[in-house]
Amino acid sequence: MKINVTINNEKKELEIAPDEVLLDVLRRYGYHSVRRGCDTGMCGICTILLDGRPVPSCSIFAARVDGHEITTVEGLPEAKDFAKLLAEEGADQCGFCSPGLIVNTVYLKKLKIKKMEEIQIKLIGNLCRCTGYVGQHRAIEKFLGVEK
Amino acid sequence: MIQFNEYLKPKTIEEAYKLLITKNAEIVGGGAFLRLSNRKVDVAIDLFDANLDFVKENDNYIEIGSMVVISAFEENPILINLYNGFLKNVSETILSFQMRNIITIGGTLYPKYGFSDLITALLVLPTEIYLYKSGKFTLEEFLKTKLAHKDILEKIVIKKENLKTSFQYIRNSEYDFSILNVAVSKGEEVKIAVGARPGVALLAYKTMQFLNENGLNEETIIKASKMVSDEIPFSDDIKASKEYRKKVCEALVKRALLEVM
Repeated sequence: MKINVTINNEKKELEIAPDEVLLDVLRRYGYHSVRRGCDTGMCGICTILLDGRPVPSCSIFAARVDGHEITTVEGLPEAKDFAKLLAEEGADQCGFCSPGLIVNTVYLKKLKIKKMEEIQIKLIGNLCRCTGYVGQHRAIEKFLGVEK
Repeated sequence: MIQFNEYLKPKTIEEAYKLLITKNAEIVGGGAFLRLSNRKVDVAIDLFDANLDFVKENDNYIEIGSMVVISAFEENPILINLYNGFLKNVSETILSFQMRNIITIGGTLYPKYGFSDLITALLVLPTEIYLYKSGKFTLEEFLKTKLAHKDILEKIVIKKENLKTSFQYIRNSEYDFSILNVAVSKGEEVKIAVGARPGVALLAYKTMQFLNENGLNEETIIKASKMVSDEIPFSDDIKASKEYRKKVCEALVKRALLEVM
């Protein structure tokens, strides 16, 4: 079946199987920043924006997004600013989880969320197995302008 | 993994229902849990574009469409303050934010998932379920009813009342499924629900009657906590034994009752 979807502001027609998940389709069409982690929606690595909201692309059927809008990390201009902060704070080691974290954090910036307690509630599903989160938290605090 | 031959996105609930009853079809709510099942279904009916993503408020109640995602409890201005943020506090601890952005009200309630925190919380509130063909049920009735035919959950209605509420849970890690959860509300009467037993949530009727006859004080709370753990049936699963759940239930019910005293 065919679906029409806007990805990073570009209109695309994609050929998909009815039971394919969005993650597989995006990767097949070259959006390699969207990575496979746990494949059950629990690790946050495959996070993309669906109509502007962060969702796990491994847990959505691709057919659902027909007529809707997808944004990956490549489609977020603010992503570079946050990626720079992650690098400066030593928060990127293998970097595998970074695209998902960046997508979710940029969403929080749009909501102007600045309280660390609220940020932690929203980012609890972005797992990182390298850093221990301390460097990430420093970068997040700077990027979102966390109130202290 | 689940397999579909066809994936359809009806624009209305009427259209969805016609498809549901004429084909070997299944409704896709959020899809996250359905995706993990290992079955073959001819037609997936996705309600994503069926205009069931609404929240409406009047003086007496709030209507929530079945395709509203549970993160709405933490972001929708109408829902955030409902029962002093009770449902916000419950939903914020369910899995991750990304998952809460796809898990729908209908996709959680219609299958009557035992692990659900939301069902336990809604069970102590005046919650009604509206099915497209079978009509209105209280949540309590709905959980006990085995429907004779396939149906579609259209919306839930939560009445506004003056209730004190508490929600307690135990988990292996912060955003895991609950090993056991307990919700309590107190208005004119006390309601106690226990979920993740691991079966779907139940109300503790005998204990509720005991508290409604004897009032809520430190002495009755201790007695009621023990009564609930004797009244509610528990089972073993991969997360915990029934004996463990029974012990934990007593502690959670006590904490919840003390909060609403």
